[in-house]
Amino acid sequence: MENTQLQEIVSKIETKFPNASISEDNYQMMNIVVGKSEIYDMVSYLKSDLEFGFLTDLCGVHYPQNVGNEFQVVYHLHHLPKNIRLRLKVNLSVDDLSIPSMVSLFSAANWMERETFDFYGIKFEGHPDLRRILNMDDMDYHPMRKEYALEDETRDDKQDSFFGR
Amino acid sequence: MSELKINRQGQFSSLETVDGEIATLNLGPTHPATHGIFQNILKVDGERIISAEPTVGYIHRAFEKLAEHRSFQQVTPITDRLNYCSSPINNMGWHMTVEKLIGAEMPKRVDYMRVIVMELSRIADHLVCNSVIGVDTGALTGFTYVFQEREKIYDIFEEICGARLTTNVGRIGGFDRDFSPAVFAKIKKFLKDFPKVFGEFTDLLERNRIFMDRVIGAGPISAERALNYGFTGPNLRAAGVDYDVRVMNPYSSYQDFDFQIPIGKDGDTYDRFRVRQEEIHESLKIIHQALNNLPEGNYHGDVPSFYIPPKEEVYRSMEALIYHFKITMGETPVPAGEIYHAVEGGNGELGYYLVSDGGRTPYRLHFRRPCFIYYQAYPEMIQGSVLSDAILTLSSMNVIAGELDA
Repeated sequence: MENTQLQEIVSKIETKFPNASISEDNYQMMNIVVGKSEIYDMVSYLKSDLEFGFLTDLCGVHYPQNVGNEFQVVYHLHHLPKNIRLRLKVNLSVDDLSIPSMVSLFSAANWMERETFDFYGIKFEGHPDLRRILNMDDMDYHPMRKEYALEDETRDDKQDSFFGR
Repeated sequence: MSELKINRQGQFSSLETVDGEIATLNLGPTHPATHGIFQNILKVDGERIISAEPTVGYIHRAFEKLAEHRSFQQVTPITDRLNYCSSPINNMGWHMTVEKLIGAEMPKRVDYMRVIVMELSRIADHLVCNSVIGVDTGALTGFTYVFQEREKIYDIFEEICGARLTTNVGRIGGFDRDFSPAVFAKIKKFLKDFPKVFGEFTDLLERNRIFMDRVIGAGPISAERALNYGFTGPNLRAAGVDYDVRVMNPYSSYQDFDFQIPIGKDGDTYDRFRVRQEEIHESLKIIHQALNNLPEGNYHGDVPSFYIPPKEEVYRSMEALIYHFKITMGETPVPAGEIYHAVEGGNGELGYYLVSDGGRTPYRLHFRRPCFIYYQAYPEMIQGSVLSDAILTLSSMNVIAGELDA
């Protein structure tokens, strides 16, 4: 039963957004990769027409090896009445790190987007108050990017070359 | 000077000031009434709050960055420190996330043992929250009374895994050892003694006229706003939405147990208090069922390449030694993939978004921390109320600094 409902939803999304690529992963989760020009329309369509009324999670991921698509913003939406989860992904290039904000649709997105900005430097256009949230305000880099090492690289008292760390 | 309109819930509906004088009040970062490191810059007119601006991040410890540099089993101690009032739930949530990634099946006994530990810690978590609501209304007695029982829950954890607060209980793939007879004895004693103490705590507060007058209508939120703000757990249920991860996406065999989801109506402090009270009763029911139907079997799954072997075997057998080394160094291959796994934490949906590239560490691990997400509704919830209600709202939302800041 659940599967047909999911198929119905997927076919609606496919008709409405032919450019989005939809695939199911090995863990029974629908992944939708969508362009950043369409993400706002898609989330708003999912929320108002398909009743995905709950934004579970929003976070960023950094893939420095994917040239041209270095960053990814991942949304988890939840259809509470039918208990269906969707994962939306938007790929961003390091040269143009901006994406529409979802705060006007979900108040919950406010701090999640601030957190993503804080750690990855992704700018959410239309966000009412895009400031750092967990790190201090005068920090001048975005620490979750892969190029930043966990520890201070200038230290030489923590060599652990045996295990390649 | 404008007239103030007071609505049914005792809140001021007009935000115009009485005499136009607005003071800025710095509530926190360390304030005895906030039970954690939170700063709120309040604009107040007399005792009435006009606006609040929360600042978070005072105990940010870069857990997500740390997790990218640790092997999977070394992430467990990090999760302890998220919601440190119910560490075992965080531990189990992480174990189950990794088990889902590697496709490991757990025996029923492991599931039931996990349920017992998780429900005990849920009781401990709710006890802290509800007794602290009492403290903030000036009723210290209940707090000191139930904290003795919370100690007994910690004694049980100590018997199970050796630790009390930051438990690091269990392993990926099950438990490090079976429950000893002492554990069962302690749980049975707790189940026998606790309802009486809890009943007296309930009598002290739940229908206490002074307490009710104090908390009814303090910091309300509607179901619609709560959903929009991403509320989960007892705070969402207090607003009248029956969303519980344990029922909707059952994990660890929760579908085997018979329990109710208590919900409230107004989403105010009293409803949040009541929902947590009822959930303690439901948790007790679940523990009784799990204990009575505890299946025989192994206390860990058959996943030798992820489950740390017992130490005595490491000394004796070569396979165990190799596995021990490989697991500790994070050398066991894991499948590449993405997982979102959620458990019902003490405060709501505690989610783990794990991206694995097949390497020794998580490529990316994001914690969906319920506190972090619902605390942003705090300014909206206290706007227009008096300062003492703001403190009550904070404690009844059970905002835990560790989970807030990760």
